[in-house]
Amino acid sequence: MITAIAFGAVSILPAEMLSSLKHFFGGQKPANIYEAVFIQLRLPRVILCAITGAILAVSGVLMQGLFRNPIVEPGLIGTSSGAAFGAAFVFVMAAKWPPELKSQIGPFLTPLFAFMGALLATYVVYILARNARRVSIISLLLVGIAINAVGLSGTGFMSYIARDPQARSITFWNLGTLSGANWLQVAIVGTVAAVMFIISFRYSKQLNALLLGEEEASYLGVDTERIKRRVMVLNTAMVSVATAFVGVISFVGLIVPHILRLLIGSDNKRLLPASMIAGAVLLVLADMCARLLLAPAEIPIGIITSLVGAPVFIILLKRFNLLQQKGGYDA
Amino acid sequence: MLKTEGISYSIGRKQILDDINISFQPGEFTMILGPNGSGKSTFLKIFSGEIHHYKGAVYYNGIAITNFRKEELARKRAVLSQHADLGFPLSVAEVIMMGRYPHFTFSPNKKDISICEDVIEQMDLIDFRERNYLTLSGGEKQRVQFARILAQIWEKPAEGNRYLFLDEPLNSLDLNYQQSFLKLSAAFSKAGTVLVAIMHDINLALKYATRILFMKEGRLVYETEPAGVTPPMIKNIFNVDATIIRPSNDLPPVVIYQ
Repeated sequence: MITAIAFGAVSILPAEMLSSLKHFFGGQKPANIYEAVFIQLRLPRVILCAITGAILAVSGVLMQGLFRNPIVEPGLIGTSSGAAFGAAFVFVMAAKWPPELKSQIGPFLTPLFAFMGALLATYVVYILARNARRVSIISLLLVGIAINAVGLSGTGFMSYIARDPQARSITFWNLGTLSGANWLQVAIVGTVAAVMFIISFRYSKQLNALLLGEEEASYLGVDTERIKRRVMVLNTAMVSVATAFVGVISFVGLIVPHILRLLIGSDNKRLLPASMIAGAVLLVLADMCARLLLAPAEIPIGIITSLVGAPVFIILLKRFNLLQQKGGYDA
Repeated sequence: MLKTEGISYSIGRKQILDDINISFQPGEFTMILGPNGSGKSTFLKIFSGEIHHYKGAVYYNGIAITNFRKEELARKRAVLSQHADLGFPLSVAEVIMMGRYPHFTFSPNKKDISICEDVIEQMDLIDFRERNYLTLSGGEKQRVQFARILAQIWEKPAEGNRYLFLDEPLNSLDLNYQQSFLKLSAAFSKAGTVLVAIMHDINLALKYATRILFMKEGRLVYETEPAGVTPPMIKNIFNVDATIIRPSNDLPPVVIYQ
């Protein structure tokens, strides 16, 4: 964490961090440019990154548990592609909107639309997957894929009619970026994450039971319809808020739960907190790479997570096949 | 005791169950037999509380099943379903502990842990306790699932009976464990459990059941003691010609098919 804060286009010494924190909490202005970079840019960025990583990993565990499928990502039920479309919409359309509106909402315009897009897409998936008041997991999965395709094509259309700089914004947003992090974002995302994590951890027993199958969980006294709804709400709230501010970051929610399952098993009582920590650490490391590899330029973080994530994912898939031959993973 | 009144159930136009009235007493070991698609599993799911929107009513000790909260019911009613399986790596001990989930809120207490130990010992699973469930054979998995079910209702509730429902419990078990499963189940029923099992092997039914129900096309056709099963019944239900040999000593009758 400290290492991640230290390195970047501007290096900061630990001593400067300390004195800067002293000034900050003492209500004084930063003493120099290094302290300012640390307190206003680097620190919120690393914290936002850690929270986002934790969110993606925890919601990955939730979704994989809900779908009883180890190759499910948090964005699967439409959340990410809805957010991406919302953001693309702003990038392209906002140019024509009255300036008063923009000055009022200002920097929150993109997050707001991304958030609404995420909620809307997920809600549509939920409604369409519902049949006779029951939500079947397989239709959630299929409808999710369909709505993701719609979101993608919507984003594609926005890129198509966009002018060049706008199209570039869309591309970057879809690869995730933490460069705009500030303390207000940390506060918003952090609050949502804290609440959702506490609620999620309380469901670890029910989520374990669900691993046996819906029928079996219900024989163990779990109200499966209710837990499905709640998990979807938790997941959507967390992922849409995080995605709204940092864009789409792929593979973290898929891979962290996997690696941990191999290490500590699938008991959600351990897996959820462990994913929270591992997700945070992993994304902070990825962000450090994103900042350092081509310094002083920055690579979008999604490029790092996908580049590292994809090979890891394939290795894991190979492992599945081995397990499957032993009668293991079923979808 | 468990009682069903006028249970009918259909999916679309297809009638799955047609007016089933029956009651099950604690201490009885009832086995339900019938051809594929005769509605046995559906009937079990209805009186277990898994399927709703049927016609008729189910009573546990005189109280309609709809009056129970799910968790309340789960503390005294355990079901071994046909498709209990797991997609993620968990240890055998963790799977068995799931049986205690209805009894604790967040962490198992001493009693839950000691019950799981008892079940593991009873089910001959001591060497397996830390094994990854996914690496077990089909029969071993079935033993773990059965252990989980037993852990769920291991102790008598403060009031009322325990209920144990088994849907084809002997799937992929070897001869030895088939016998020990049924012996253990019979012991549960003698200890005051309402015990209902869906079976396919008539010979095992004749040996272990105290009452046999035959179902066909969604209806309850025969209700009999094991001694009352006759070749014409088997012919009518399964369309198979059979002979029943009744040894003169204590051994149970045996059905031979032609």
